Amino acid sequence: MAKNPMELKWQEIPLGFVWHQPKSSLNNHTGSWRSERPIWDEQHCIRCGVCALFCPEACIRTDERGYFHADLDYCKGCSICAHECWTGCIKMKPEEA
Amino acid sequence: MIEQYNVYAAKLLPPEELFASGHKACQGCAPALALRYLMKALGPNTIVCNATGCMEIVSSAYPDIAWGVPWIHVAFENAAAVASGVESGIKILQRKGKLAPGRINVVAIGGDGGTFDIGLQALSGMLERGHNAMYLCYDNEAYMNTGIQRSSGTPFGASTTTSPAGKAIPGQKTVKKDLLEIGVAHQIAYAATACTSYPFDFMEKVKKAFSYDGAKLIHILAPCPTGWRTNPGEVIKHGRLAVQTGMFPLYEVDHGRYKMSMDLPFLKPLKMYLSPQGRYRHLSEEQIAIIEANLKARYAKLQALCRITAEV
Amino acid sequence: MGKRKGVESSIALADSAAMCRIEAIAAYPITPQTHIVEHLSEWVNDGHLEAEFVPVESEHSAMSAALGMSAVGARTFTATSSQGLALMHEILFIAPAMRLPVVMAVANRSLSGPISIWNDHSDIMTDRDIGWVQIFAENGQECFDLVPACFRVAEDKRVVLPTILNFDGFVVSHMIEPIEFWTQEQFDAYLPPFDPQIKLDVRKPVAMGAVGIPEIYYEARLAQQNALLNAKAVVVEAFAELEKMVGRKYNLVETYKADDADAILYLMGSLSETAMTAVDNLRKQGKKVGLVRPRLWRPFPTEELVAAFGNVPVVGVCDRALAFGHEHHMVAQEIRALFYDAPHRPKLVEFVIGLGGRDVTIGDMEHILNRLLEVKNGAPVGPVEYVGVRK
Repeated sequence: MAKNPMELKWQEIPLGFVWHQPKSSLNNHTGSWRSERPIWDEQHCIRCGVCALFCPEACIRTDERGYFHADLDYCKGCSICAHECWTGCIKMKPEEA
Repeated sequence: MIEQYNVYAAKLLPPEELFASGHKACQGCAPALALRYLMKALGPNTIVCNATGCMEIVSSAYPDIAWGVPWIHVAFENAAAVASGVESGIKILQRKGKLAPGRINVVAIGGDGGTFDIGLQALSGMLERGHNAMYLCYDNEAYMNTGIQRSSGTPFGASTTTSPAGKAIPGQKTVKKDLLEIGVAHQIAYAATACTSYPFDFMEKVKKAFSYDGAKLIHILAPCPTGWRTNPGEVIKHGRLAVQTGMFPLYEVDHGRYKMSMDLPFLKPLKMYLSPQGRYRHLSEEQIAIIEANLKARYAKLQALCRITAEV
Repeated sequence: MGKRKGVESSIALADSAAMCRIEAIAAYPITPQTHIVEHLSEWVNDGHLEAEFVPVESEHSAMSAALGMSAVGARTFTATSSQGLALMHEILFIAPAMRLPVVMAVANRSLSGPISIWNDHSDIMTDRDIGWVQIFAENGQECFDLVPACFRVAEDKRVVLPTILNFDGFVVSHMIEPIEFWTQEQFDAYLPPFDPQIKLDVRKPVAMGAVGIPEIYYEARLAQQNALLNAKAVVVEAFAELEKMVGRKYNLVETYKADDADAILYLMGSLSETAMTAVDNLRKQGKKVGLVRPRLWRPFPTEELVAAFGNVPVVGVCDRALAFGHEHHMVAQEIRALFYDAPHRPKLVEFVIGLGGRDVTIGDMEHILNRLLEVKNGAPVGPVEYVGVRK
């Protein structure tokens, strides 16, 4: 397990402060920002993927049956998917306090 | 534009996300979407030179890097100059056989502040020298990163924190600078506008740009719900309205030849675009009439340019 | 051994850079640096140098493009002066933080205003703390010899920092003198091909220039400070190898008749040649005076300077720029700080001389050296003296 990057001593700073792990932002779970979550009604979903297309978080993916869902580790709850859905099958549900 | 495609076209996008989840953009950030589409269009053989700004900050706050390609940020006003250097460096190293041959897409990215204002000189240099690179300006029409200050990309009438809707002066006093025409004036291979609400149009333009050698410029309108004071869920709708009202026409200039990207049978009423946005809430009927008259004149001019240059 | 040629220093410096097999150049013209970049563009356009010459639209973009070139792994060179250096200022700090080993020649020139194209050190004094290795050349031969030394130090795996070669504008840059050229074989033996330690490579993506949040910024800055301090040993090595190659000895601190001196004058840049003549003249009169100059300016050669001054009772300091609002100018401040912890603290007499190309005569230097001897004999030190100004 690599050392926590926030605990590096100055001697351990990578040369030039260059960061060698592409897409390390995947470690940053922005799902905690969310106040509402998108819920798909699979009965009305036509599996077109427009929700995934317009997701700024790139966090909407298909399951093995081809239905779309948001990865709640990253979904910030912006509701673009709900607004853009052709069939209106996505509803935003408040997170429990 | 999406209406023209099979509804399932969204699924045809390459699955790999080279602008990854976990970035720190606000909810409903269209500039983040622009970068996501950019990377889908370009793929992994790409080097990104990012100007300081929202997208640089949210994608690179140590230790959370959203990029899946080589990425460099130096400062605010110099993304185009850094890209010029990257492109020249690649060229010589390939010529000397120190780097494997093959296309490496070099892209400079800046916001409207980093492009229209502080980075304009460096952009002009990159375009004029003809570096084989693309400049992408993601335009959210103000300095959002520092707290919604006006730039020369802010439209007439818009309220920002440095062009507030006051009693004496109701918002931005000046008209939006025409960035694409500045690019076109450099006689570059390819220049185009785009909007995050039309992702396939944008991605096709990126691919087309890179089918040409030399410098290219894409100016993408990317709504910012934070700065525009709109509902984050509606940024796609608002971008669409910007295009459909003629506020932000989509067109390309391919080797000097103008072409509208969409045939709009008519322009939707401008109020449909302005009224949902907090930054325009204060506008009087007279101001709206001025904006609408200006945009219609500009739209007609663009249509005329398309006709004229088609014959050349 | 290479040929001896009568050539302008700027041309020799450009030839030296070309013979270092530089691969990328981003430059913008500014007097008195222009001959360097003109000559390099000839090398490239005549097909004698396999390199990309990018004639950028400003010095700010010159440094920015240079960082882009270096970031993909090209050996990168640029040159500037005065206002150009000032315009680069913002990016100069970023280069060493990103550890991009660009080499830049700076023809030292006064800063506006009033605008002046002539020589002093106000440009480089302003950029003293940018984090680059900084070396001074005092004549054309040194300019030629030290360019490969700069690349060797900059690109060394133990350093990886950008490096500046300072030399006086016009006084050195435009002087024609006999210069012994190295052969290309000597360059190639002295300077190995650039092996970048970090680079933008599509096969192995990295992020360069990420945001340094408060939890890490401090550590990143201290890492950079230590990298620069540690560069000193590599400079020593580069100078030693240079001597082996061409027989000319370079030291971190250069001295002239300082060993037995009653008074030592400390100065920077090409004034030393005038000062040496003045020292010789005074020595003929039995007056024991000497000189100390920094060859390496950053990292600051503290120990070597303390050793060079030894137990001398009086030290004079020549500043060639003003630290506005401070009674002690930059070079004087550095030397005052040097002696604070030194075992022996001499009297310090401060001078400002040669601003904006004002002529510095042997007589001026003799006056300064005589003043030091007066202080040695009990005269008061007095405030900084502005030599050669009308009052």
